[in-house]
Amino acid sequence: MSNPLADMELPEVIFCIGTNMTECHPVAATRLKKAIARGAKLIVADPRRIRLAEMADLYLPLQVGTDTALLSGMAHVIARDGLVDWDFIERRTENIEAYLEHLEQFTPKKVAAITGVPADDIVEAARWYGSAGAAAIFYTLGITEHICGVQNVQSLSNLALLAGQVGRPGTGINPMRGQNNVQGTGDSGALPNNYCGFQSVLEEGHRRKFSEAYGIEMDAEKGVTKVTALHKILDGEIKAMLIVGENTVASDADREHCEKALNALDHLVVLDLFMNETTALADVVFPASSWGETDGVFVNTERRLQRVRQAVAPKGAKPDWWIISQIAQRMGTAGFEYESAKDVFNELCSLSPIYAGIDWDMIETGQYHWPVPFKGHPGTPRLHEERFPSGRGKFVLTDYVAPGEVVSKKFPVWLTTGRRLMHYHTATMTGRSSGIEYLQKEEELEVNPADVEAWGLTDGGKARVESPRGHVDVRVKATHRSPTGTVFCSFSFSEVPINDLTGSGYDPVTETAEFKVCPVRVTPA
Amino acid sequence: MNKPLDQRMTIDGQEVIFAEGETIYAVAQRNARSIPTLCYDDRLEAFGACRLCVVEVEGYRNPVASCTTPASAGMVVTTKNATLDKHRKTLLELVASENPPDADVSPLRGKASQEMTELFTEYGVTGARFEGKKSGTSRPDDDNPFILRDYDRCISCYRCVRVCAEQEGDFAISVMNRGFSTQITTEFSGLLKDSDCTFCGQCVQTCPTGALADKKALRFAEDPAPVKKTRSVCGYCGVGCSVDIMTKGGRIVGIQPAFDGPANEGALCVKGQFAFDFVHHTDRLTTPHVRKEGKLVPASWEEALDVAAEGFLKAKNHDRYATYAIASGRAPSESSYLTQKFIRANNGTHYVDNCSRG
Ligand code: SF4
Ligand code: SF4
Ligand code: FES
Repeated sequence: MSNPLADMELPEVIFCIGTNMTECHPVAATRLKKAIARGAKLIVADPRRIRLAEMADLYLPLQVGTDTALLSGMAHVIARDGLVDWDFIERRTENIEAYLEHLEQFTPKKVAAITGVPADDIVEAARWYGSAGAAAIFYTLGITEHICGVQNVQSLSNLALLAGQVGRPGTGINPMRGQNNVQGTGDSGALPNNYCGFQSVLEEGHRRKFSEAYGIEMDAEKGVTKVTALHKILDGEIKAMLIVGENTVASDADREHCEKALNALDHLVVLDLFMNETTALADVVFPASSWGETDGVFVNTERRLQRVRQAVAPKGAKPDWWIISQIAQRMGTAGFEYESAKDVFNELCSLSPIYAGIDWDMIETGQYHWPVPFKGHPGTPRLHEERFPSGRGKFVLTDYVAPGEVVSKKFPVWLTTGRRLMHYHTATMTGRSSGIEYLQKEEELEVNPADVEAWGLTDGGKARVESPRGHVDVRVKATHRSPTGTVFCSFSFSEVPINDLTGSGYDPVTETAEFKVCPVRVTPA
Repeated sequence: MNKPLDQRMTIDGQEVIFAEGETIYAVAQRNARSIPTLCYDDRLEAFGACRLCVVEVEGYRNPVASCTTPASAGMVVTTKNATLDKHRKTLLELVASENPPDADVSPLRGKASQEMTELFTEYGVTGARFEGKKSGTSRPDDDNPFILRDYDRCISCYRCVRVCAEQEGDFAISVMNRGFSTQITTEFSGLLKDSDCTFCGQCVQTCPTGALADKKALRFAEDPAPVKKTRSVCGYCGVGCSVDIMTKGGRIVGIQPAFDGPANEGALCVKGQFAFDFVHHTDRLTTPHVRKEGKLVPASWEEALDVAAEGFLKAKNHDRYATYAIASGRAPSESSYLTQKFIRANNGTHYVDNCSRG
């Protein structure tokens, strides 16, 4: 997030797109509810009539996968109606002329035809957002898990720059992180293009720094993403893999391909809490310590560094850092002689400019948001107040890209996937916690009541959902949360492996899978 | 924005500064005065129902509730004297008529559950002066696995209703009737699961009597081991709510939100509040496994670490690009840092990624 969570109570206008915040980030949503109670206006763009949509002052029920078009349409109106923040644009941005020209084509009428959102509502949303003293954007996977995920994020950035809604309290472009430490994992350099602290692997200075720190000549080129890595296994290049705490097989799009690849490895080592579909393919499985059993650092969605602490001793398991260090030491690799999580974290700080001003002891009470560039720096709750990391914020021309697969005669229904309030991810944890089943026993396919009838389904009965990649059977729930022609299912129950169906395409830049949309056929089962 | 502390008043003979708009209670708090309260939760709008927080103000005929009365310049306030103590004791005796002081209130019930019993002890309230009247009827019929609705212990402070509305924003519960027939209820007096309740547990954690209680934690009420609390951060989503993990012996028995948690300020959701016992699930792996003759079988740490290292060494000697690693977005940063270092320091490549599926 560019802005701190506390800022969520400050905007005059809140624009949520592709986020089911009340279910996926309920505690963040309580802050939005407070802003709304105080009089803030809420705009929600989502294909599904989720709880947040019910709370909205203006609800934009867009067709799945048409976010870029909607955002460009709103930007068009902001430009047309004189709501552009010229002062901000002159001081802080570049490429405005080309962008304005590019926007001309995105008339509300045209955008309405693509998105299915009434033109008047697009205009209204743009006016609210553009004329607010402070307006903030919140988004999650609904924006990134598309073939055009990067385009979507750039479109959000364009919109915010155009209206000057960044760098001040109650503004910003705020992605809500789904997993507890996705942020910290990226910060730590577990990326094919960056060392820790988002230091690009392409820069010679960084290359020298880490060649020295790690005692080996580092590559000057990027690595590959895990999506490409799976292909490289099948090509015979990659032969060994270390997977930490991820049930890759169950949570990745296109499961069959994934399973085939992992099976082709000579050596697969997995660290996890439980046996699962991925450990089943491993050569060595280590019992990992869970939350509550280990000391460490989590970095939250507002870039706040917080310590987690061991409350109970694990039964037989060991911390990840210890297991990985032991393997490295046995390979004869130097630099893995750690005594504690603290040692590891302090090394990370010493190599990351964004953590340069902190260490393990200093983050005891969780008061720091990175970047903390030097000792004595108070941390940075709000990004981009003075400047953008690259200097000026650049308007990037984005086009509407249709999803990788579109509905057809054969597969006429849009399937979208996501999470629910009571379960998390593949439910390895929530599914093993007592009481949660009281709230949701099994997966349900959310179908509009009109479709239930039209397709010959019954509420509470079973349906078969098919895509070109496979099929699953799932119980039907008739609900107006789903618009006609679109159904929803979560990926939390292994009995309904919905990702057998998804995975029709990948964003060409991030290679994030298109989990969110997939054309399917739904018939009674 | 916070107003400056530029006004002056006197509390218990001491001159203190305060900011316009602060209540007497807030100023007294900051100056380390202990004023008893029952209906007060500093995250909520002051309500002024229990009247325990009364103080004397010079020039006022009657004591005033300090939690609702704004401080004003030149005010002279007394927070403690024999008259106030007597008054407070009487009020507590009235409370005791609904909640016998000798009733056992397990601290596992909720974060604020000891507030009332502690005041009974502090003011020497041992029995009820007023017999038999009770507001609230318990709902043993509510079969939800998380929240005990023991309204026989309710004192109508409305903290639950207010936290649900003001903090959680769910408006799942409300107040029916007044006086001794007051009842906290959901719409249509049904079960919580049929209301707008999201089982966030905030009402449980603010209840000062334990009338609302954490059913999951209470499963361990009989265990004589003392409760230990460890401050940590929830392991579910990216909001990063601070929690206190409650343990007895070597076991996690419950979770309480940290009211001073910077990201959550006392809020939690159903997962962070109640979905913790996976930690002790019998499915947990307790020993390494190594594949032998096609099957994964238990192995010692020594053996497993050696086999793991051997395989990676073989790949490394074959080709720098033969090894790949995927870090976890759920594990602590140290895990991810070493996962990437494992690849980079062994091979000099950038063959590493994380499960960035948000
Ligand atoms: S249930 Fe607890 S919090 Fe709610 S009104 Fe009764 S005593 Fe107060
Ligand atoms: S658990 Fe949360 S939502 Fe349910 S009644 Fe209590 S405060 Fe309201
Ligand atoms: S605390 Fe002030 S009236 Fe209850």
